[in-house]
Amino acid sequence: MAKKRTLLEIKHLYKIFGPEPEAALERVRAEGLGKSELMEQTNHVLALNDINTEVREGEITVMMGLSGSGKSTLIRHLNRLIEPTAGEILLDGEDVLALSQEQLRRMRRERMSMVFQNFALLPHRTVLDNAGMAAATRGDKRADYEKDARKWLDRVGLGGNADQYPHELSGGMQQRVGLARALASNSPIMLMDEAFSALDPLIRTDMQDLLLELQSELQKTVVFISHDLDEALKLADHLVILKDGFVVQQGEPQHILLEPEDDYIVDFVSDINRARVLRVRSVMNESGDPVAEGAVEVDHDDTLESVLSKSDGAMEARFVVTRDGVRVGTLDMAEVLKALVPAAASESGMRTQAT
Amino acid sequence: MATYDFLFSALGLQDWCESSGTTGPISLSALRDSARGETAADVSIWDLPFPSMDALNAACQSFPRSRELTLGLERGFLSIKDSLSIVLDPLTQPLSWALEAALYGVLNTPWWIIIPLLLLVTWLVSRSFTLLAFVSVSFLGLAFIDHYDYAMQTLAIILVCAFICVLFGVPIGIAMSRSNTMQRMTIPVLDMLQTLPPFVYLIPLIFLFSVTEPKLYGIAIILYAIVPVIRLTDLGIRMVDQSVIEAADAFGMTDRQKLFGVQVPLALPNIMAGVNQTIMMSLAMVVIASLVSAPGLGVLVLRGIRNLELGVGLVAGLGIVILAVVLDRVTKAALARINSTHKA
Ligand SMILES: Nc1ncnc2c1ncn2[C@@H]1O[C@H](COP(=O)(O)OP(=O)(O)OP(=O)(O)O)[C@@H](O)[C@H]1O
Ligand SMILES: [Mg+2]
Repeated sequence: MAKKRTLLEIKHLYKIFGPEPEAALERVRAEGLGKSELMEQTNHVLALNDINTEVREGEITVMMGLSGSGKSTLIRHLNRLIEPTAGEILLDGEDVLALSQEQLRRMRRERMSMVFQNFALLPHRTVLDNAGMAAATRGDKRADYEKDARKWLDRVGLGGNADQYPHELSGGMQQRVGLARALASNSPIMLMDEAFSALDPLIRTDMQDLLLELQSELQKTVVFISHDLDEALKLADHLVILKDGFVVQQGEPQHILLEPEDDYIVDFVSDINRARVLRVRSVMNESGDPVAEGAVEVDHDDTLESVLSKSDGAMEARFVVTRDGVRVGTLDMAEVLKALVPAAASESGMRTQAT
Repeated sequence: MATYDFLFSALGLQDWCESSGTTGPISLSALRDSARGETAADVSIWDLPFPSMDALNAACQSFPRSRELTLGLERGFLSIKDSLSIVLDPLTQPLSWALEAALYGVLNTPWWIIIPLLLLVTWLVSRSFTLLAFVSVSFLGLAFIDHYDYAMQTLAIILVCAFICVLFGVPIGIAMSRSNTMQRMTIPVLDMLQTLPPFVYLIPLIFLFSVTEPKLYGIAIILYAIVPVIRLTDLGIRMVDQSVIEAADAFGMTDRQKLFGVQVPLALPNIMAGVNQTIMMSLAMVVIASLVSAPGLGVLVLRGIRNLELGVGLVAGLGIVILAVVLDRVTKAALARINSTHKA
């Protein structure tokens, strides 16, 4: 797979909440204070601590962390709903922090849209008006955007609810309106702050599937915030894990699962069903031994769970891995089982916390 | 000899009190002694008067009496009165015109146009048959006991004043909600307007404007009744759900779009509650304002008091209650309809 272009870049981003963030920042930089030390010593909240990450075009980048780890703060920096204390944010190489108010509004209207955890629909407007909010804000005429707004409402399955008010809809339906509103803005970047966290598990799965389906068709650049690892692993092309305001590890989700760099992440991933999440391509042997007799074919994108079921429990089973019908590697049961054992934090972990 | 003579002698101020003083500058120790009251006139401690302006004046004629304070205020006011009138008169003249026009309008339009018109308005804002029936019974009842003209005058004054309150109150409330400094400066003024007894407004207004002018009572009513609509507009806008405001920002709304597209519509239930209170307070004030020639039911109440005509006063009072209930129900019904489309 060709590596995609970097669209958004965050460099050395700091955010400190409190009356004198500049002074607190000096201390964080000079003395390397962490979140809890800064809170104790200066009563300032270190919400983001030297964040460096990038978002690639056409991918879903999931930022994950526990409550209070700074996810919402970080995503709000991308469209400058929150101003940073220090650092750089580049959109397509252009400095977002240097934009004038007018340019900033243009960027929010044309290049980024946002979906919120608590929906944040306009309660006094109909579903259709809410879906057309971005276009109306740009100053388009109703006749011009109505068709488009209806199209997106249809697309998220709310074609029949256009004339209702948000309070007449269920939570799941309201968030579909939120999604339609973001899609109807036709902006290439979508910011989603715990967009599905307020929904029931079943509805949440539906919404995740809907998002993936739309994504395969539209290839938007999505920044998705989540505190749910299953959701993150399901959606993420690129996963960024935050803790106390800093990035603990980032990379391809499979890679993070197989080689966690920190005990925090080991804890985080210990509860998930690895067989269901890990894929053949991340554990296969690419050197390609001569193919053994009776090897079963598996696709490179299959999960280990499906490999296990194909093995019928035979310990000596071997598999040939194919991609688009071409052989790309092999896999044997030993490798599968090894991958299923939860990994310990690797020695290369940079920020290993004392536990 | 007055009680506080010693004070002035101790301070060496006899010269100033009566031009015939003879005592020279006194020493520090003498001053200390006198401050302890050792040279005081022999009044029992139980009769010691408070060192008020009048008591001090008894000891020293040059010291001002408290009357001077009120006199001074009065002279001060009178001296700026003329220049104040030059500015205020033209500014407030439209209010006189509006009140005169409204009063002329209600009295010279036949009842069979006015009453259906009022009922139509009731229907439009409430869409409730019960309310419509109640309002018709009220107006027809008032007309039947020959209180129609008085009630209509009162209603006209209230509607004009409440309209002006909304016209100025909502923008002031919006300005308050956008700036904390503005809010800090405005709140004491609002508190004062709300706590001053309504009669007190009337005093300076009588000096500024002639009693025959409608704007005199118009201003008194507006000053008294504008407070709730300002307060509730400010509160309503500040209480708008922050997440909705954030969404408006995230989609790139300008401040204007946010104000008129999001904040004001979402604050509307609160603003309407303010309008309801403003109308009720105008009604309370319009009765008092009949002291300064405001026409309407208040005049009858006043007649009842002045001439001890018990029946006249009581019936007019009842008319005011009916008017109050009608106005309250109609504005609340409008409020309820707004609320039902604004559920979050
Ligand atoms: N306006 C603010 N003033 C002061 N502190 C704030 C403010 N906003 C956020 N914080 C602090 O910054 C830290 C990060 O908050 P943030 O809302 O980004 O967390 P989060 O990861 O989104 O958590 P959650 O999952 O609960 O939404 C928290 O410690 C929070 O207390
Ligand atoms: Mg959050």
